[in-house]
Amino acid sequence: MGRYILRRLLSAIPVLLGITVIVFLIMAMIPGDPATALLGAYATPDNVARINKQLGLNHPLWYRYLVWLWNMLHGDFGRSYSLNRPVIVEVWERLSATAVLAGVSWVVAAVLGILAGVVSAARQYGLADKAITFAVLIGISIPSFFLGMMLILFFAVDLRWFPVSGMYAIYGGGDLLDLARHIAMPAAALSVVATGVIARLSRSAMLEVLRQDYIRTARAKGVGERRVILGHALRAAMVSIIPVLGLQAGFVLSGAVYIEIVFQWPGIGRMLVNAILQRDILLVQGGVVVVACLYVIFNILVDVAQSLLDPRIKT
Amino acid sequence: MTQPTLTRRGLLAATGATLSLAAFSQRLMAETPKGVLIVGQVAEPKSLDPAVDTAVNDFRILVNLYEGLTRYKPGTLEPGPGLAESWTINPDGTEYTFKLRQGVKFHDGTDFDAEAVKFNFDRMLDDKNPYHDTGPFPLAFFFSSIKTTEVVDSHSVKFTLKQPYAPFLSNLAYPTGLIVSPAAVKKYGQDLGRNPVGTGAFKFVEWKSNERVVIDRFDGYWGEKTGTKAVIFRPITDANTRVAEMLSGGIDLMVEVPPTALSEFKSDHYKLYEQVGPHVWFLILDCAKGPFKDKRVRQAANYAINKEAICKNVLEGTASVANGPIAPAFSWAYDDKLQPYPYDPDKARALLKDAGAEGAELTFYVTEGGSGMLDPVAMGTAIQADLAAVGLKVKIETFEWNTFLGKVNPGLDAKGQHVDMAEMAWMTNDPDTLPYLTLRSGAWPQKGGFNSGYYSNPEVDKLLEAARTSTDQATRAELYKKVAVIVHDDAPWVFVANWKQNAVSNDTVQDFQLQPSFLLELQDVRKV
Repeated sequence: MGRYILRRLLSAIPVLLGITVIVFLIMAMIPGDPATALLGAYATPDNVARINKQLGLNHPLWYRYLVWLWNMLHGDFGRSYSLNRPVIVEVWERLSATAVLAGVSWVVAAVLGILAGVVSAARQYGLADKAITFAVLIGISIPSFFLGMMLILFFAVDLRWFPVSGMYAIYGGGDLLDLARHIAMPAAALSVVATGVIARLSRSAMLEVLRQDYIRTARAKGVGERRVILGHALRAAMVSIIPVLGLQAGFVLSGAVYIEIVFQWPGIGRMLVNAILQRDILLVQGGVVVVACLYVIFNILVDVAQSLLDPRIKT
Repeated sequence: MTQPTLTRRGLLAATGATLSLAAFSQRLMAETPKGVLIVGQVAEPKSLDPAVDTAVNDFRILVNLYEGLTRYKPGTLEPGPGLAESWTINPDGTEYTFKLRQGVKFHDGTDFDAEAVKFNFDRMLDDKNPYHDTGPFPLAFFFSSIKTTEVVDSHSVKFTLKQPYAPFLSNLAYPTGLIVSPAAVKKYGQDLGRNPVGTGAFKFVEWKSNERVVIDRFDGYWGEKTGTKAVIFRPITDANTRVAEMLSGGIDLMVEVPPTALSEFKSDHYKLYEQVGPHVWFLILDCAKGPFKDKRVRQAANYAINKEAICKNVLEGTASVANGPIAPAFSWAYDDKLQPYPYDPDKARALLKDAGAEGAELTFYVTEGGSGMLDPVAMGTAIQADLAAVGLKVKIETFEWNTFLGKVNPGLDAKGQHVDMAEMAWMTNDPDTLPYLTLRSGAWPQKGGFNSGYYSNPEVDKLLEAARTSTDQATRAELYKKVAVIVHDDAPWVFVANWKQNAVSNDTVQDFQLQPSFLLELQDVRKV
């Protein structure tokens, strides 16, 4: 197992290097530059040249890439010119906010999704199955940002049960309960689609397994239905459900961008969108590299989890 | 077979949990105390260092923390005394000597004096100054006319300019000219932007990224005490969310209300505010190449476009029709007798026929959005339709803002492109800025200006040069009015709209007033 993990980790290095090259080139190629974004209407050639010099953008591309990579390997991600603070501080703060939101949404989606899938499969074509399938269809079809706005209108503006936006109360607050109040609506909006997808795939995975001979054998020798479903079938089905959970983790992370904008959640998705609009090169690059690292780590974790469940996968 | 009752029980538990959470939240919904004003901002601030800042959004916080040597008199764009009590100007307009207010302290307890003023301008302008690396200072060129800053005595300071430059006093009132504490620059360096120290009526307390900036009443302030105990600025980028926060009581005051949301606030619980700003929204026409080379075609475009309808229908009354290149907010330099081009498609058709430009095909650059651009796509489409009605075939090309600036600023015929018209908007602080940077022959893009449509009229060049070097406001006013009349007739642009900034507050907010400068002065505001 140790060698397998090591091999996976080593293979991640070229992937990450590739990502640094791609994100660097994209930021270099897109039209517009930080100086113009800063100066707006005042971007005369003189002013642009003055700002570029102050930001160190007057050096050749390859040189800037190597400096960036070298500094990053030493833990220095540079300074965001649009926020006037070190990139890594900003990315770290934002990432924790996104991690909380995406983490809660992902756990909610995984638990509810698998539960719904299992019930659906156990009651194939029954009333519960039909109701769940219908709900899942609606859940998958609603754009999350629209759902978010509707939640705000209903639960925050009309009923005033939850705050409209933000992560903590602006006055007082700051404790766990405060966070729970603020995260309820964004997490709900963010988890709906993922729940639907997980439910659908769990259902079909379960149905697949329930058709197997050994399930029939288990039932024939008088094992309780609950044990058959949860003990025999679900464990086998998890092998195909877990990769979906991993994929959905990525989906929840990227879906967080819209939700963060709608709910003013101080997460990394919103940070990246703003940084791109501002042409804040170092912030975009730093943010993307950190998120990419997380993706890679997550994928490795999923693969490892899968191989633990089913040793045949380890090849 | 065991029934999976698990789900029903689970459902019940989940419902119960939701309801109890809701009950909790209702009980704990924190009311903001009296005397604390919560302002909904349109974005997270970039920095709270006035020398570094470029965004109006940040300026709205800065003017409450800092003061400049001059400040705009309430309700106007005329510079009056600020940290300087008075000043004298030598006859040729190249030496400004300011007498500074006595007994003023920075929030960190250090004294405000002539040395502090010199430090501020040297930091921005002198690349040999040891603190010049605490930038970058994008708008330092506002003061590029300064040759030297000298301390005369502890409370007088003298600026010597390279050449006469009339907007100098006005630029000192602009946020870039706000005075920071030298001790704070030395202590924080580049991090001054997150630890602002000024002389303003409010002092900085806390900046929690993406959540809030808190400022408190400064008890050592030299002038009148503030009306509120504290102000909290909340960044809420999404306009719909900002509106929802206002409706649910999460903020007391918001700026830049989307035109479509104004109707939500037409009740006794809310107050609406409106104020014309120093803003002009126009179309740059290519005066060097293509159909718009002919003045008659340019005038035809001005007649053909229904500006009234754009302001009323597309912008829901949040703008008024522009008459020329000078915004009405500069009341002293604005010619209110100059009538905007009326909507007259027949006259437009006649002019096009005269010029032989009937059915001409035009390329039109439109942006998706940007600072001061209002609703550029909808406006561009309305303009396209109006021009089509007089037989002009307009092809729209849409770009994201930074890309758009990269295509328009170098000139409509630069880099192998030919564009007939492009959208543009400017917000400035002096009537000099916009025409000087966009209408002179010396401001063609290849000469480092923003005259992207290559307009040239020697008379206008002469008038603008004279207006910039005269220090007498009445003389300057006459010159700008003359410029407006000539440019109106030459029609190098289609003059479309002047934006009226708006704001909404709930009924607990009192004595609030929007300023023509687009700044947000909150010293006198009370919350009851």
